[in-house]
Amino acid sequence: MSVVWTDTVKEVAGIKLHVSRAGHGPTVLVLHHDIGTADRLPFYDALAAKFDVVIPHHPGWGKSERPQWMRHPRDIAAIYAWLLSDLGAANVSLVGLGFGGWIAAEMASQAPAAFAKLILVGAMGLKPPEGDIADQAIVSYIDYPRSGFHDQAAFAAVYGDVSTDQLEAWDIAREMSFRTAWKPYMYSQTLPHLLGGIRSPALVIWGDDDKIVPIGAGQAYAKALPHATFTTIPACGHFAEMEKPDAVAKLAIDFLSRS
Amino acid sequence: MHMMYFTEQPMAAYDAKAGLDFGATALTFSNKYFDPNEGSRLYNEYLEEYILAEEYGADGIMLNEHHNAPFCMQARTNMFGAILAAVTKRVKIVFLGNPLPLTENPVQLAEELAMIDMISKGRVVSGFVRGGGQEQLANGVNPAFNRERFIEAHDLVQKTWTQPGPFRWEGTHYQQRVVNPWAVPMQKPYPRVWIPGVLSKETVIWSAQQRYPYIALNTSIEATKTIHETYDKAALDVGYTAGPENFGYLIRVHVQDTEEKAMQNARQFMWMQGEFTGLANPVWANPAGYFSPSGRRAFVEFSTGRAKNPRGNPTFEQQVHDTMIIAGTPAQVIERLKYLVRETRPGIMGIWANDGTVSKEDRRRCIQLLCGEVMPAIKEYGATLGLKDPWEANAPVHLRYSTDIAGQKVAAE
Repeated sequence: MSVVWTDTVKEVAGIKLHVSRAGHGPTVLVLHHDIGTADRLPFYDALAAKFDVVIPHHPGWGKSERPQWMRHPRDIAAIYAWLLSDLGAANVSLVGLGFGGWIAAEMASQAPAAFAKLILVGAMGLKPPEGDIADQAIVSYIDYPRSGFHDQAAFAAVYGDVSTDQLEAWDIAREMSFRTAWKPYMYSQTLPHLLGGIRSPALVIWGDDDKIVPIGAGQAYAKALPHATFTTIPACGHFAEMEKPDAVAKLAIDFLSRS
Repeated sequence: MHMMYFTEQPMAAYDAKAGLDFGATALTFSNKYFDPNEGSRLYNEYLEEYILAEEYGADGIMLNEHHNAPFCMQARTNMFGAILAAVTKRVKIVFLGNPLPLTENPVQLAEELAMIDMISKGRVVSGFVRGGGQEQLANGVNPAFNRERFIEAHDLVQKTWTQPGPFRWEGTHYQQRVVNPWAVPMQKPYPRVWIPGVLSKETVIWSAQQRYPYIALNTSIEATKTIHETYDKAALDVGYTAGPENFGYLIRVHVQDTEEKAMQNARQFMWMQGEFTGLANPVWANPAGYFSPSGRRAFVEFSTGRAKNPRGNPTFEQQVHDTMIIAGTPAQVIERLKYLVRETRPGIMGIWANDGTVSKEDRRRCIQLLCGEVMPAIKEYGATLGLKDPWEANAPVHLRYSTDIAGQKVAAE
């Protein structure tokens, strides 16, 4: 059965949010990377075959309006809590991809019992015990996404020759990353202290060749979250759901389906 | 006409091949190639050259700052400003300028400049800049809020200089509990503020709205005329007519006793391997959010090699032909500069005279000829064209002190 997506605009906190939705079943909120997202991805389709999947463009990214006042991923987390309330969605699970993983962790830390399950894939948000989160400010628009793929053929399969529209979208996404996560870059100093209250079972997934967020940050998440499992995907970079969609989808669906 | 001597203070004593091999001579080009003994020598030589420029008649010394690059050794413009305040007697100390967004504490900047103004006995011209993209990255300052920080820091400095403390500042980017520095500028209402720039239309308009002179940094004659038109219109919109006192122009000029030597040394203006501020990734000069959104599409194309640099990359010969670089004997240089001032009508002129690896001896000779012979001739010629500087025109320091605009509150008070 093919998945049918519906795109809508939801007004939250005075801004217009672009929200894609498809599928039936328990609701899963998917939060995209710092580089934004394509509207449709095989990973999204795979999830939507089993669940009611909600994928917003982060405020200021893609087709969502920019809130000039927004300064931190925690603000985005609050916007999404508001969105879920407006949608009447309860017992939602969160799937956070990279930067979206940071937002998911913020949401869960602010409402420790609110979410059914939590999946973090190459999540930003914690200072890695060793190494740093790669700084996109000093590399070109194409080199940064490329560095998030283990296999450059996988990058080419997703982005092809990279259109100028895509470059422009990456520049806007980069600006939003700066507006919300400039300093400290891509992590919170308070979040590690707030993860211990989260009741939700959590699955932490990392590409074993993630050159953007060191794997130690994933192990730190798994240690700080009370009910977490840590797993790696071989021969896979930071953008795991784009590079290895089948593997990530299988892990996610198995975890979300488990009672 | 106000004529200033300027140099980027090149840190030319580094291994140029190392830069070429690395592929960049800015931001991430390792400072292991910085030799502090050579740095010490050059700082002191540059200082002596500023003193020489005063001795030979320059009206002002123009200072700037850059970071993480051999292109410019001045990392804090106020450092040299403070030294010049003490060791010179007459020249204006013209900061072009302090990069406002880089400061986390504009009150401290206001304080430093007030100190320099007092030490120099009222010779400070306090220019402000946004700072290039690389400067934001080198200092860890968010490029996405660059313009907002520029304007708010300016407003806080201006208030610190003009309103007795203590007061509190609760802004968007700056919050200060007790603004009350025990150092205030000697010049009243406050030191003149000039705004240098290259191409940002928003900055030209903002400068006109403040009635601050805009100093075009080595822009082409055509681009300079467009800047004037933009400024003129914005000035009329707020109620005054802009004149030469509202415009400055910086041009690269090298003078020697012979044309051959002047031309040879002038090639050093290209010393950063053909780039203006050194070899660099385009996203360093223009990080996301730094530039006007209207330029986004053109920039992403250029930065990924899909389009040519919108600023072009003209050869030395082309730049000489286009009067972007002037070199020759005093008589030759005077002739070209006369053409330039006729075309661009500045009341303020900066001469960027020495760059790269020009020898100490030649730098000093250039300064003698430039300040002793060229500048007086151009000032005399400028006077015949009615090119007055802000002091000669008795221009207000800021729009609010205008006496020629009906309903100006501050002037009326």
